[in-house]
Amino acid sequence: MNKLDQQQARMQSLPSARHPAPHILRKRTLLDEPLIFERSSPGRRGYSLPEDDIPARDLNHDLPSPLCRETLDSFPEVSEGEVVRHFTRLSQWNLSAATTLYPLGSCTMKYNPVVNEVVARLPGFASLHPLVPDEYAQGALQLLDDLARCLAEISGMDAVSLQPAAGAQGELTGIKLIHAYHRDRGHPRKVVLIPASAHGTNPASAALCGYTVVEVPTGSAGILDTTTVARFVDSDVAALMVTNPNTLGLFEREILQITTLLHAHGALIYMDGANLNALMGVAKPGHMGADVIQFNLHKTFSTPHGGGGPGAGPVGVKQHLEPYLPIPRLVREGNDYRWSEAFPHSIGRVRSFYGNFGILVRAYAYILAMGGDGLSHATRMAVLNANYLRKRLEPAYQPAYAAPCLHECVFSDESFRHLGVKTLDVAKRLLDYGFYAPTIYFPLVVSGALMIEPTETESKETLDEFADALLAIAQESAEHPDLLKEAPFTTPVSRLDETRAARHPVLRWTQD
Amino acid sequence: MEIPSQLRYSHEHEWVAVEDNIATIGITDYAQQQLGDVVYIELPEVGTQLTKDEAFGVVESVKAVSDIYAPVSGTVTEVNVDLPSSPETVNEDPYGDAWMVRVEMSDPAELDDLMTAAEYERFIAEEQKEE
Amino acid sequence: MRYIPHTEHDIAAMLAAIGVPAVDDLFTSIPEELRARAAINLPPGRSESAVRACLTQLAGMNRVSPEVVTFLGAGAYPHYIPAVVDQIVQRAEFATAYTPYQAEVSQGTLQSIFEFQSLVAALFGLEVANASMYDGASATAEAVLMAKRVVPNRPTVLLPRSLHPQYRQVVHSYLDGLPDTQIVELPWGADGRLDLTALSHHLDQTVSCVVVAYPNVFGVIEDVARISAAAHQAGALVVTVTTEAIALGLLQSPGALGADIAVAEGQSFGIPLSYGGPGVGLFACRQRLLRNMPGRLVGETVDHDGRRGFVLTLATREQHIRRERATSNICTNQGLCALAATVFLCLMGKQGLRELAIQNVKKSHYTHELLQQTGHSRTRFPSPFFNEFVIQIPQARAVWQRLKAQRLIAGVVLEDWYPELTDCLLLCVTEIHTKADIDRLVQGLGTEGEAGHVATP
Repeated sequence: MNKLDQQQARMQSLPSARHPAPHILRKRTLLDEPLIFERSSPGRRGYSLPEDDIPARDLNHDLPSPLCRETLDSFPEVSEGEVVRHFTRLSQWNLSAATTLYPLGSCTMKYNPVVNEVVARLPGFASLHPLVPDEYAQGALQLLDDLARCLAEISGMDAVSLQPAAGAQGELTGIKLIHAYHRDRGHPRKVVLIPASAHGTNPASAALCGYTVVEVPTGSAGILDTTTVARFVDSDVAALMVTNPNTLGLFEREILQITTLLHAHGALIYMDGANLNALMGVAKPGHMGADVIQFNLHKTFSTPHGGGGPGAGPVGVKQHLEPYLPIPRLVREGNDYRWSEAFPHSIGRVRSFYGNFGILVRAYAYILAMGGDGLSHATRMAVLNANYLRKRLEPAYQPAYAAPCLHECVFSDESFRHLGVKTLDVAKRLLDYGFYAPTIYFPLVVSGALMIEPTETESKETLDEFADALLAIAQESAEHPDLLKEAPFTTPVSRLDETRAARHPVLRWTQD
Repeated sequence: MEIPSQLRYSHEHEWVAVEDNIATIGITDYAQQQLGDVVYIELPEVGTQLTKDEAFGVVESVKAVSDIYAPVSGTVTEVNVDLPSSPETVNEDPYGDAWMVRVEMSDPAELDDLMTAAEYERFIAEEQKEE
Repeated sequence: MRYIPHTEHDIAAMLAAIGVPAVDDLFTSIPEELRARAAINLPPGRSESAVRACLTQLAGMNRVSPEVVTFLGAGAYPHYIPAVVDQIVQRAEFATAYTPYQAEVSQGTLQSIFEFQSLVAALFGLEVANASMYDGASATAEAVLMAKRVVPNRPTVLLPRSLHPQYRQVVHSYLDGLPDTQIVELPWGADGRLDLTALSHHLDQTVSCVVVAYPNVFGVIEDVARISAAAHQAGALVVTVTTEAIALGLLQSPGALGADIAVAEGQSFGIPLSYGGPGVGLFACRQRLLRNMPGRLVGETVDHDGRRGFVLTLATREQHIRRERATSNICTNQGLCALAATVFLCLMGKQGLRELAIQNVKKSHYTHELLQQTGHSRTRFPSPFFNEFVIQIPQARAVWQRLKAQRLIAGVVLEDWYPELTDCLLLCVTEIHTKADIDRLVQGLGTEGEAGHVATP
């Protein structure tokens, strides 16, 4: 029973004179916030404009009325306080990393340091126009240069571009670099190899560049084996895209042999850096044979997820790919930095201006705070946390693979499938326990996958609470499976009808 | 689960009903169960040439998207134009109202490659065991 | 380390439970030769106050208002950001939430995105908008890719040269290497608008889409209706691109003028300049094109108890399901930036956005008029404009340098972007510029610095 129904049930047991009318109760609780358009009333205003000391002008003279629209139909009219109340109430419907554990595999939902928000908002950063002369932006340019160096050092790569706006855009950039490299050598190859366990952005990015995607099966141990990969490698293969550790949380043990094999055939290695949190101070992608890697600053480097962005996806490359990096690039003359587009082999631009600068500032602050020692410690504790959770959950949940995991652990639905319970049901029931659910149904190679990544910023107590909740759910699945199938009960809304949303899409508010 | 005995079945879970030289095609009850609630269907236009084993349409559920493969080759003579606006019909009546296309076959011998109801039942059992 | 809670005691207890003696033993799957070389050679971690001091020093090296007065637009626009916007986006429940896959505990994010989609669709005058893209430039590229999907077998894309050069660069990068793709760039005419003769010359059955910058990089307002009519007759789609989103508060909507897809950079809606990023790409299209639209979508539905709720929907277009057949590879949207834009637009509302746009027009046209009166510069393109315009002034670069020495940035020296536009400056005036700022600019541009006269056309 959700909170509202519980309240109503409790009240119905009281003498009738004492309970508030249900329709008023519903409106006043947090569980029902209308759309902002439904709060609108003609003539209300929530804005003020700066003082206007310019002499009056005739708008029609400056912009003839045929060029102008009559009105902004469907826009709301509300007071400032109503806007604050509306969005504050909406925020309270969200679980967030600030309110609970978010054990999403491959998302690295670590703590987002508040000081990063403070420094990103310094006027010298926030108010800086991207087209000011370079000499007015030396602080920004120095920051970007230093950040690029840090990322290169952490990953063992030679050069870094900070331009891509997100991990997926970083992937696209990386694949384009590879494409330019091969084209430059007169052998534009057509195929990109991708493991079956890869994240969906991998084949999508490759396809966007015009490549044919060929899927490489993972071995029974959950990792790629050189013999299998060898069957797929020929002179038409441009690259292998690999995630290491892979999406099962396992280190690709044969990575050196595999990358050597690909290189021997003139192919390149794209490494998806989403799981970098497992590698810092432990192994560098640049030493594993990676030619290009994208970083997800909103994962490994603590920038907040923002309900779906913004992130940043810088790419690191080895020297032979450096000429193709996006422009503009930073050049240094003595103590001065400036932007330059004088790189004739560059693939061009992927984003306007220089990248998600505000996000880059946050990641930089994080790296300064952590230092080399702190980043290594983060990886060690992240891996410790994941292995601890795996151990606590093993009695009731079936790990997908026997090998110990790194920073994330994957379970299949084998232990509860026969009870008629699905992974989705387990995830929904976890919401009732106040936790966000792990990643579900990914990677595709595991049946009913449950992928759990606690990150290093979670305490042992939190992990124990989470494990206890999952063990309780395992017991419920045997004794009261309906609790899972009908879950969640205590959340602001119960399970939502996704079929209806897809069959009859309603994607905006309309006046009717 | 329904597997009507008078129909023929492909390895990609399409069913075929044959009358004269016209094949009526849809997806099976097993297929719609696997997909879950169907939300969207894309069908070809009348006159399209279909080639056996090649994709000619798409059926989507909330969480998955699946190609529909031609069990036989030929020319599309009729399309169930009502189906895309009521995709739930695929779940409710896969062998009846959810027929998808009618095809004038170019090589009726291709029907021999299709399974009988009994063979299809065994085929599904094998697939389920593998999961 | 203050972000990592593990004590020696915790670590010992956890190792005991796992059954290994040391943390190092958790890394045995990693080849020793890699582990031996992996040390990160960076300085040790710093205290919070040291981090703040370092970043403050770097920020202090940059020149921003009020130390410097800039009249810069050209893809990033200085506007006033109401205090409420930053307060809301700093709420941890919004800022640290993940993509709303578990809808039941993400209604805050989902409902605000639904409101965002509604506002963007209304702004563009089109039926459906997505949950945002990275920025205006990549949204343009995605729109072009979408048009090619909608009308396949038409390899040509018509791109105006008067579209922001960075946007054109991004479109080129995205399309480069794709088979059956050709980008043709169209010139502008004497009035700074798209050369319609060139357009009709190139419009044929091979064209999938015509991209229109609205307003274009020169600030000039294009005749979108006329371009749309011509494009549609040739069976091509129309994509409008708006770098200054405030303009849409006053100008005719792209949808009303025939656009099939409309994109914009939404940074002007409550998002700080922040040296060019993050921003937010706005993207909307006609209802019939919905299934080809990239990006996330939030839809309305009901829960088990019949209550209204919101979910991510039509996900089968996206990378995590379609994989190599996805409409795009995009994964994140610009969640928190979209939220900032939503809060901004709700505060401004129906009247406010229009009034804000009018004030932009007023101040930019006041500036323009004063410059015409001084006589030293002339209007380069005699067409209606919103809040950006181009002047031609003798020795423009030298003038610009002189004003820079006085801590005044007189826009962009256009020759850097368009070599044929010598002695031209692209100026942007918004509501944040005061009469004093403007008078100073006009005075600075009016002073006879070098021997010069108004160039004859």
